Amino acid sequence: MRKVPLITGFLFFVGLFTLIFFIASQHNIDVLNPQGIIAAKQRDLLFIATLLMLIVVIPVFLLTFFIVWRYREDNKKAKYSPNWSNSNVLETIWWMIPFVIIVILAVITWKSSHELDPYRALNSEKKAINIQVISLQWKWLFIYPDQKIAAVNYIRIPEKTPINFKVTSDAPMNSFWIPSLGGQVYAMAGMSTKLHLEADHKGTYRGVSANISGKGFAGMKFKVESTSDADFRQWSNETRRLSKSLDMPAYDELAKPSENQTMQLFSLKQANLYDKVVMKYMARDSSSSGEENHNIHSGE
Amino acid sequence: MFGRLTLEAFIHDPITMGAIVTPVIGGGALVFFILYKKGFKWVIEKLQWLWKEWLTSLDPKKIGVMYIVVALLMLLRGAADALMLRAQQALSAGDAHGILSSDTFQQVLTAHGTIMIFFVAMGLMFGIINLIVPLQIGSRDVAFPFLNSVSFWLFVAGMVLVNLSLVIGEIGATGWLAYPPLSGIKFSPGVGVDYWIWALQISGIGSLLSGINFLTTILKMRAPGMTFMKMPIFVHSVFASMVLVAFAFPILTATLGMLSLDRLLGMHFFTSELGGNPMMYINLIWAWGHPEVYILILPAFGIFSEIVPTFSRKKLFGYTSMVWAIGAIAFLSFIVWLHHFFTMGAGANVNAFFGIMTMVIGIPTGVKVFNWLFTMYRGRISLKSPMLWFLGFIVTFTLGGVAGVLMAVPAIDFQVHNSLFLVAHFHTMIVGGVVFGFFAGITYWFPKVFGFTLNERLGRYAAYCWIVGFVTAFGPLYVLGLMGATRRLDHYDASLGWQGLFIVAGVGVCIILLGVVFQILQFIVSIKQRKQHFDTTGDPWNGRTLEWATSSPPASYNFAVIPHVHTRDAFWEAKQKASKESSVHYEDIVLPRNSSNGVLIGIFAILLGFGIVWHMWWLAIIGFIGVIIVIITRSFQSDTEYTISAHDVAILEKRSTL
Repeated sequence: MRKVPLITGFLFFVGLFTLIFFIASQHNIDVLNPQGIIAAKQRDLLFIATLLMLIVVIPVFLLTFFIVWRYREDNKKAKYSPNWSNSNVLETIWWMIPFVIIVILAVITWKSSHELDPYRALNSEKKAINIQVISLQWKWLFIYPDQKIAAVNYIRIPEKTPINFKVTSDAPMNSFWIPSLGGQVYAMAGMSTKLHLEADHKGTYRGVSANISGKGFAGMKFKVESTSDADFRQWSNETRRLSKSLDMPAYDELAKPSENQTMQLFSLKQANLYDKVVMKYMARDSSSSGEENHNIHSGE
Repeated sequence: MFGRLTLEAFIHDPITMGAIVTPVIGGGALVFFILYKKGFKWVIEKLQWLWKEWLTSLDPKKIGVMYIVVALLMLLRGAADALMLRAQQALSAGDAHGILSSDTFQQVLTAHGTIMIFFVAMGLMFGIINLIVPLQIGSRDVAFPFLNSVSFWLFVAGMVLVNLSLVIGEIGATGWLAYPPLSGIKFSPGVGVDYWIWALQISGIGSLLSGINFLTTILKMRAPGMTFMKMPIFVHSVFASMVLVAFAFPILTATLGMLSLDRLLGMHFFTSELGGNPMMYINLIWAWGHPEVYILILPAFGIFSEIVPTFSRKKLFGYTSMVWAIGAIAFLSFIVWLHHFFTMGAGANVNAFFGIMTMVIGIPTGVKVFNWLFTMYRGRISLKSPMLWFLGFIVTFTLGGVAGVLMAVPAIDFQVHNSLFLVAHFHTMIVGGVVFGFFAGITYWFPKVFGFTLNERLGRYAAYCWIVGFVTAFGPLYVLGLMGATRRLDHYDASLGWQGLFIVAGVGVCIILLGVVFQILQFIVSIKQRKQHFDTTGDPWNGRTLEWATSSPPASYNFAVIPHVHTRDAFWEAKQKASKESSVHYEDIVLPRNSSNGVLIGIFAILLGFGIVWHMWWLAIIGFIGVIIVIITRSFQSDTEYTISAHDVAILEKRSTL
């Protein structure tokens, strides 16, 4: 056993991890510092699962170190049994150890998958806010169908209120993620996925694109602002009165590729815009798509 | 005439130009230097030698060496890509925009992933399998020697296409699995995705053929007496891996074929118009992609299972458990693919099922770790460099496994999916598991193949650099992922505070590159000092399995007399009994003749791929017909084997034992 590399290596790793944690501690570790009930539960789950596994991993590391040290070549005092190669008792033990851990984790997984299913609406006394999300090249469009407003790269939500996101794409696939509030669901053309989140208090959070979608991908991010109910109501009323409005021609203009877009607000003048964008890809033939969509929605 | 190919395809941004010009000038200077030093005639002679002895060879040992040479060259290319990615992310915060445009950055990351998986990891794996499997099962050859050469040259053809894309045109800017609709013709109209498709399609067919070849070899060509439960554990792991190849690679071929039809003929398998569905592509590509990970890791497990007993001078602990663990992992690897996209919106039941199946893989893997530890327990552990790679592997792989099980919980995955946490996780598995395993295997088996051992000191330095560099490069990425940093970003806001961690990660990559430098030095120094390190016994490590029973390097026929196997660790047992010198009876040995047909198929496959990429249909047709004609010609050749008479074998054996 060579002592010098061992000690240097040990010191190096201690130094490295100190450095990493020092740098990280200067800034916000979003996932570990949740601002919403979903993200909080997801963080707890992360800790529980990690601790469960460390119960096995730490002894394994200590055992590795002990065995390599004790049975090193030049330690002639250690016992040497070259033909000892199986023990049913021992092997049963270590089939069982990971088995038990995994059974516990499996129960946790099953429960949490249902409890934290992104499609599950959150219980609350307050009425949920509906937000329809469309990923475009390379910006996010957020439609508030009930408030009749829309925004680009900006979401405002009332605190302590469930938010029902419906997510689609009118561009390459992307993934909709607000790390502080909880994640994450794909945005896909012709598909509508759901995500339910809630912010615990007032604050400003980062929204990101998590799936590569082409040239302007890195600049495709948005701001989430959680405010009081009154502020939210006031903001949505003001936005609804804006002269800048979103109808189909304006949408088509907006959908053209553009990069690093800042926030924009619109009053919503187009009914069923989100459904139209989803259905656009459902038509049997692209040449008659307009008419078919029209027929579908006129019935509603 | 030239389809989509115009002069514009040769024009690139300065960084790409530099990446092209440097190796061209370097290579040119080298050629010129050799010509100047040695003269034209010498070069021609050497080229003839290369053609006769190597390129056209059907000897799996030579094909194995060629696989590894190509893979190591590609490792340099992939590492250069990695360095560029790290440099970009370390520099490009706030007002600074780094060295690469977003398009180039995305091309580089696609090239990095594609090359590292298909042309480095797969190349090293097939190389080591070619070298060792026939020797370990006591066979003189593989089941289909010519097919083996075809597989290799299809692999080379794919490699050539990927690298050609750097010079002529571009590679896709889509990430290494090219999800549609981004990879569809609408959003990626250029030739990049086509290069990606055809490089993978051609090398993928090579992999499939190789898989079938080794499956048959292991099933049919084992030495007499070597039952399934007496096979070396590396052969078991390769067997499981090749079963996965045979089942998974056809899925890749079909998927790429459909994507190609989408792009060429305007079909809509994978784009939402006309009822197509990108989700189908994502399912299919991972139905191949997840087993692929295990195709790579299982042989690495097998290598460690050979190295640990040898360097602990003790039998492998729990052989039966190890075999069943391999089988269980191979089976489970086919029912976990959905964990790559929990975020697609499948229901809670589906997500939970695939999450739990993924965790279950942790059980057999955990058992393997315990068995390795107890192989060392009460052994005599000699910490040679293969063992250093093993220890690096145990630590990184276990931690990566913890991250993997975390991400197998769907609700946790929602918060780390597609973040740098994921990137750190799979690099931990593939570098810390697969790459460390293959490096350990190369160090371990090098003396068998070349007849001299590698320089131990430089090997140790390389291992230290790789392990330290690896932790430095990927430790910060776990934290960055938790800070909400997604993968594949060419730029981010300075206020996020990510830059410090990206710089640490960049330093880590530099330490890894230092390790690569030590590896190159190791090869050079070892070749120079080979006379001091000749392995005259054929058994430099006091080995246990049959490959050590023959001379180093082995004769073209591997074994003059096919060994009879009675136990596991056949060679170890034979050594214990101190074999009584029985009178050896030699027999005639039949071996395949060299054939240039494999090379020709490779060349025509390049023409085919290049033709389709650029829509030069006449070239594609020439390539396709060329391949067919070569196959037909080959099937009419009758004189494909030669015989070494028993008398000659006796002479050769006498010479090698002197």
